[in-house]
Amino acid sequence: MSEIKIYTKNLDLYYGEVQALKSVSMDILENNVTALIGPSGCGKSTYLKTLNRMNDTIARVKITGDVFLDGEDVYGKSVDVTILRKKVGMVFQSPNPFPMSIYDNIAYGPRMHGVKKRIVLDEIVEKSLKDAAIWGEVKDRLKKPALSLSGGQQQRLCIARALATQPEVLLMDEPTSALDPISTTKIEELVSELKKKYSIVIVTHNMQQAARISDYTAFFLLGELIENNKTEIIFSSPKDTRTEDYITGRFG
Amino acid sequence: MVESLSNNRKITDRKKRPFEKLCYFFIYLLSACVLALVVYFISVILIKGLPAVTWSFLSTAPNPIKQTIGIFPSIINTLYIILFTLVICVPIGVGGAIYLNEYAKSKRFVRVIEFATETLAGIPSILYGVFGYVVFCVLFNLKVSLIAGILTLTITVLPIMIRTTQEALKAVPKSYREGALGMGSTKWYMVGTILLPSSLKGILTGIILSIGRMVSESAALLLVAGGLSQYMPRGNVVEQLSGSGSSLSVALYTYAYSRGDNETAFGIAAVLMIIVILLNLLTRFIAGRLNRK
Repeated sequence: MSEIKIYTKNLDLYYGEVQALKSVSMDILENNVTALIGPSGCGKSTYLKTLNRMNDTIARVKITGDVFLDGEDVYGKSVDVTILRKKVGMVFQSPNPFPMSIYDNIAYGPRMHGVKKRIVLDEIVEKSLKDAAIWGEVKDRLKKPALSLSGGQQQRLCIARALATQPEVLLMDEPTSALDPISTTKIEELVSELKKKYSIVIVTHNMQQAARISDYTAFFLLGELIENNKTEIIFSSPKDTRTEDYITGRFG
Repeated sequence: MVESLSNNRKITDRKKRPFEKLCYFFIYLLSACVLALVVYFISVILIKGLPAVTWSFLSTAPNPIKQTIGIFPSIINTLYIILFTLVICVPIGVGGAIYLNEYAKSKRFVRVIEFATETLAGIPSILYGVFGYVVFCVLFNLKVSLIAGILTLTITVLPIMIRTTQEALKAVPKSYREGALGMGSTKWYMVGTILLPSSLKGILTGIILSIGRMVSESAALLLVAGGLSQYMPRGNVVEQLSGSGSSLSVALYTYAYSRGDNETAFGIAAVLMIIVILLNLLTRFIAGRLNRK
C-alpha cells in the first residue's frame, strides 16, 4: 500500500456566490496516477488547482476545509506558495511554452530557484527532456524557439519544464485534449513511466484514457466527489449509479 | 431551392464582381496617395532644407555680429529633453502599466485610471504647458528652464507610455503567466522574465511615439523652457538643464514665424527629421539587442 501524498478533507470552494466544490474529501497516493473524471463544470479542474493553490490568482475565490501535503497544511499561514508549487508542478490543458528557446524553457524553473551553474543546468535540461521522452527530438536544436515545435512536442516540453524543478507531485489538467492521437499515446506512456518517481493527478475528459493510465479514479459531479476507488473497480463495478451512468456514456 | 443557392453553375463559371474591383482600385489609389505624400513631404523638406545645413550651421550658436545662424544649442537641448524625459517617463510609465495590469486588485480603480490616462493623452499640449508653468516654473521655483520643460513633457507623454505598455501586457497570453506561476515563480520574477521581454515591442512603440510627441512639441516648451537659444551650452549638465533654452521645434517656430526666415526653418526641419529617424532606428536596434538575450 502506498503512502498518502496529499489529502483533502471537507474541501469547499466558492467562486463568489457559486459553490464549485462541495465538501470534497479524498486521498492521493504516492507513486500512483489518480484520474479525475466527470462532465464539464463538475469541479475536477478546480479541485486540481486547489492542490497547488493556482486558484489563488483568481479573484473572489473562497476556500474552506483542509488540503495537506506530506502532513503539512497547504493553506497554512506560513506557506510559501513558490515552494509549494515547486513541489507540486503543473501541466496545463494547452501547451504553453514560453517564447524563448527550448533550453531556456527547461532552465526557467531551476534558474528561478537559484541554480546558476551552466554545467548543472545542462545536466538538468538533458535529464528533464529525457524523462519527458523528447530529448531525441530536440537535442540538436536546444537553442531554437520552443514555439517552433509541434503541439505534441510542446506539451512534452512543458512536462519536461515542470519536471525540471524536481517536483514530487505532477498535476495535469487535460494534458492531451489539444493533441492528436499519436502525441496522446506518447504522453500516456510517459505518464505511466513518470509515476515511478512522481505522484500524478490527471484531469481528463477521456474515460478510456483514465481507464488506461490511472490506478485510482475519482468521479466528480456538480462539485461533489461521487466516487473514488481503484480504477478497475470504478470501470467494472461502480457503486453509485451516477458513476455508472457517466462511464457508460448515458450523460456527460 | 433558392435560386442563388442552386448548384447549376460550374465552379469555373466565375462571377464578375465589379464592386470588389472598385474597392480594390480605391484601396490601391489611397495607399499610393499616402506613400506619395510621405515621399513628397520628405523630399520637399530635404531639398529645401539641406542647402542651409552646413557644418557651421550644425556646430555653432547664432552670431548676430557675423550674422551667421547656428543651431547647435537647440540640437543639444533637444537631445537632452528626449533623453531625460525618457529616463524619467519610461520607468514610471512601464511600472504604472505593470501595476495596473498585473497587481491592481480593484477593477474599478483600474478603469478610473485608464479613463484618466486616455483623457490626458487627448489634451492639447498647451494646457500641459500652462500647467507646467504654474507648477514647475513657479511653484517648484524651477524658473523657465530645460528641467521644467523635461518635467512638463514627462507628464505629457506619460499617458502614451502607460497606454502602449498596458496594451502590450494585455496581449501576453494568460497561459504564460500560469505556466510561470505554476512552477513556483513569484509574480515579480514572472513579470521580469516573461512579461517584460514579451511586451518589449509594445514598450518600444511607446518610446517611439513619445519621442515623436516630444520633438513635435513647441508651444508648451516655449512657455516653460524658454525661447531661442542664443549661446553655446556652458557648464555641466546640471547647469545647462537649469538654464532656459530652445528645442529644435521651438527654434524652427521662431525662425519661421517671428523672423520669417524660411531657409533656416527648413534647414532645422531637415535636421529634426533626420534626428527623429536616427533615434527611431537606434531604439529599434537597442530593443533588438535586448530581445536576443
